[in-house]
Amino acid sequence: MADISNTTSPAVPVPQVLRALGAISPAVWTLIAVILIWEVAVRITEVPVYILPSPSRIAQEFVVYWPRLLANGMVTLSEVLIGFFFAVLIGVPLAVLITYSQVAERSIYPIIVASQTIPKVAIAPLLLAWFGYGMTPKVAVVVLISFFPIIINSVVGLKASSAEMLYLAKSMGASQWQIFWKFRLPQALPYIFAGFKLATVLAVIGAVVAEFIGADQGLGYIILIAGASFDIARQFTAIITISVIGMLFFAAIQLAERLVIPWKQSPNMPNG
Amino acid sequence: MIAPQSVEASAAPHISISNVSKTFHTRSGAVQALEDIHLEIQRGEFVSVLGPSGCGKSTLMMLLSGLVPSSQGQIEVARHKIDGPNSHIGIVFQQDVLLEWRSALQNVMIQAEIRKLPVEAARERAKQLLEMVSLKDFESAYPKELSGGMRQRVSICRALLHKPPLLLMDEPFGALDAMTRDQLQLDLLRLCADNAMTVFFITHSIPEAVFLSDRVVVMSPRPGRIEKIVNIDMPRPRRLAMREDPQFIEYTRELTEIFKNLGVFREEH
Repeated sequence: MADISNTTSPAVPVPQVLRALGAISPAVWTLIAVILIWEVAVRITEVPVYILPSPSRIAQEFVVYWPRLLANGMVTLSEVLIGFFFAVLIGVPLAVLITYSQVAERSIYPIIVASQTIPKVAIAPLLLAWFGYGMTPKVAVVVLISFFPIIINSVVGLKASSAEMLYLAKSMGASQWQIFWKFRLPQALPYIFAGFKLATVLAVIGAVVAEFIGADQGLGYIILIAGASFDIARQFTAIITISVIGMLFFAAIQLAERLVIPWKQSPNMPNG
Repeated sequence: MIAPQSVEASAAPHISISNVSKTFHTRSGAVQALEDIHLEIQRGEFVSVLGPSGCGKSTLMMLLSGLVPSSQGQIEVARHKIDGPNSHIGIVFQQDVLLEWRSALQNVMIQAEIRKLPVEAARERAKQLLEMVSLKDFESAYPKELSGGMRQRVSICRALLHKPPLLLMDEPFGALDAMTRDQLQLDLLRLCADNAMTVFFITHSIPEAVFLSDRVVVMSPRPGRIEKIVNIDMPRPRRLAMREDPQFIEYTRELTEIFKNLGVFREEH
């Protein structure tokens, strides 16, 4: 049973429906308003459908086209998830290495940072030439693009333990192993998760860009093909599906963060 | 007893610092932080080290902890030469250094986890310590939910969990407001009375040093040298009202005078 005694509502109870509506985030209302204006504007001005379709037209396209969106969305999602997984698998241990080894910090870290000036779009054709048209080059682009915020934030986080904290640990007779697991890593977790969250956004971009360069499936491919035939409504359905994938992925990481770091409900982004 | 300590002959000093110097090598050259320090501290004594910023008092504490090596001379704690991290201590810094991801109780218990002490007995003692500093109701609160004074109290409890024979404190109340500071001084004295231990207390507050200590070691700035040692001959337990006693005022006056002669204070005439 929900406890309603702590609400600030006056003696006259607000009807359930109204209260439920009030609980919806104001951003949703903004979005609904924009869609309504869009719909009305398109109908009044009679813009051709190959320039700007109305939201209702896009919705119709969704109804017809969703099986292919789903199938291609799964392809893009797989690229994103596999790429992100490898970015974490490489990025976090490498950050640990850089934190603990002066040699690694001096010999690897500057190259990683400098490599970020290379636009990933520019090397995507190269990856295609090496790995063919399958999933591998897309995953490679995702890894390359999402790996950076993960490693940078992990290094910053692992180095965030103050000198006093490390002194304290040593005064207890803590081993290097204990210092890592009980002091350094928990201290770094909020930073690492901030890196993950940045990486989710980049991972989706990376997958779609890689599909633009050369693919025969995926949402990036759908956008390209629909664009070639001026099917703007179909492009919109793919774009919306991509952003839904991005948002769900971000939300999943945020949920994981809440579970792993319960002491920090409001995440701060050190390198945001 | 959680951490049994071999009982040393009471005649030998608990801490013996002889001929100790410490030089730091920085980019702008060598900086001598401490010069020719001699000091003996008896078991159970409360000794404050008083001095202005940059007199090397924190460095002296770090040398005692064994976390920083001395450049010259010898330090013995309980007749053992210090040449590496000394884990028979409790340590409190100006920053509370609480682990944000652990509750107050878990922060105190980290000491037991690292030292692999029996969990049940340690938890019992941790709860007891928190209760003694009026934090019974905050055992499960995260550090960010606690005030500065509460956080520092948790950090003191953490330093005492394993019943260390020596407690090192580096300006532990320096970041707290005056009233919280008074309360924490009282809390500390009560904890000291209940846990027989030697306390090495760094401060730059003259009244604080007099109020807490058996002896006050006065240090001069750059290079840090021991200028004078003043015995504080006042009864225990200390009460806040004692700060109004003529005896107390005389001690603070004496210490202020020493710093004036050192050029730490300059007054218009």
